[in-house]
Amino acid sequence: MKDGKLVTLAIESSCDETAAAVLLDGRQMLSNIISSQIDIHKLYGGVVPEIASRHHLNNVNTVVSQALEEGGVDMDDVDMIGVTYGPGLVGALLIGLATAKAYALAADKPLIGVHHIQGHISANYIEHKDLEPPFMALVVSGGHTNLVEVTGYNECKVLGGTRDDAVGEAYDKVARVLGLGYPGGPLIDKIAKEGNPDAVEFKRVFLEKGSLDFSFSGIKTGVLNYVNSEKQAGREINVADVAASFQAAVLEVIVRKTVDSAVALNKDKIVMAGGVAANSRLREMLANECSKHGIKLYHPSPILCTDNAAMIGCAAYYKYIAGDRDDLSLDAVPNLEL
Amino acid sequence: MKETKTIKINNETETYDFGMKMAEELKPGTVVALVGDLGTGKTTLTKAIAQGLGVSEVITSPTFTIVKEYESGRLPLYHFDVYRIGDIDEMYELGYEEYFYGEGVSIVEWADIIDELIPENAIRINIEYGINEGERIYRCTFWQ
Repeated sequence: MKDGKLVTLAIESSCDETAAAVLLDGRQMLSNIISSQIDIHKLYGGVVPEIASRHHLNNVNTVVSQALEEGGVDMDDVDMIGVTYGPGLVGALLIGLATAKAYALAADKPLIGVHHIQGHISANYIEHKDLEPPFMALVVSGGHTNLVEVTGYNECKVLGGTRDDAVGEAYDKVARVLGLGYPGGPLIDKIAKEGNPDAVEFKRVFLEKGSLDFSFSGIKTGVLNYVNSEKQAGREINVADVAASFQAAVLEVIVRKTVDSAVALNKDKIVMAGGVAANSRLREMLANECSKHGIKLYHPSPILCTDNAAMIGCAAYYKYIAGDRDDLSLDAVPNLEL
Repeated sequence: MKETKTIKINNETETYDFGMKMAEELKPGTVVALVGDLGTGKTTLTKAIAQGLGVSEVITSPTFTIVKEYESGRLPLYHFDVYRIGDIDEMYELGYEEYFYGEGVSIVEWADIIDELIPENAIRINIEYGINEGERIYRCTFWQ
């Protein structure tokens, strides 16, 4: 406990980032350390070791100690340890999980396993102190595209997901085709502002009637075919126009399905989560549609959109309050379902 | 014995025919190495092989997580996309040996990136664009 509030230490290592965070009563963030954003010069006084993507084993202890230190707490203050146990890369998940279990055992603290997507959604509780379920959540990132009906802090139902590529991945791949570099999301978002979204007609893929699933693999091929045929015809490609047209095709489908499902299920709030929730055009289009239906739109700030541990800590807190505990047999589940 | 074949695939239906037929022959510990540019249909071929193995889950892209596992078919399926592997050590960190030499079938997209780790007896399929739209050329190496 600190200042009469419950202290959560959280660890996340499901994919590229090794992250740790400390929260008070689940919604107040004391620290939020992400390996790729660590100021390594500050930490090591100029001697820079390798803090690389997915090198979780090298990173995890440094990240946890820094989270505790920056949070101004020590292990005695910690009331629970939250950790991502899926979905994700099994080798990556295991390192976060083993670390969390070791701390839980050594310091005799309750362990709480968290679903990564549940974490992304919970990032909004940290950002928006007034936000409460129920609402519709749109989770969009490099690895996930999900529409989730959230009925309680610990209750939700996945209504739809991608059948091939995640939306962030479609951005990355199209950025590669257009020679824009990596990561594709922010680069396409930026250049698309200078382009005409009606310049090229890319197919909007809505799938069967009533489906809330997504498919983004076809549009990647559509962009490739367009670029190749233009090149063959000796015509110059207007990158900004192609980026804007691609983005319009993808986002129209996402916005339509999200808002339609919120209206159908009588939700007056839509919550965005995941890395692509930082996309300015998606926010703008969703805000527009939401206002037509009297729906309030929420999204986290960029640092809480990306993979982080604060969101995991928030989700862990609500599980703890509900009496959920895991024991040391908790295992990583790469294909964990919500 | 090594056997090489060049096959022309005219459309997605033929991709499925090819992949599902191939799936019938797959044995535990087989690695299928796929090489081909973006959009040549590596994931589509993987979906076809998965269908042939009787995998009931939707095969989604493993680009972000590097590997996805499916246990519902005749053999476990491990679907890799190694495009984001920057350093070969990362493959050891994610325990690739347990997949490649395990009880399932490993399908590896962008296999040329980790060429030194692809077993000698892997099935290799190089995919190139054909002349017509939707047409693909598969250059395959099988082991009998």
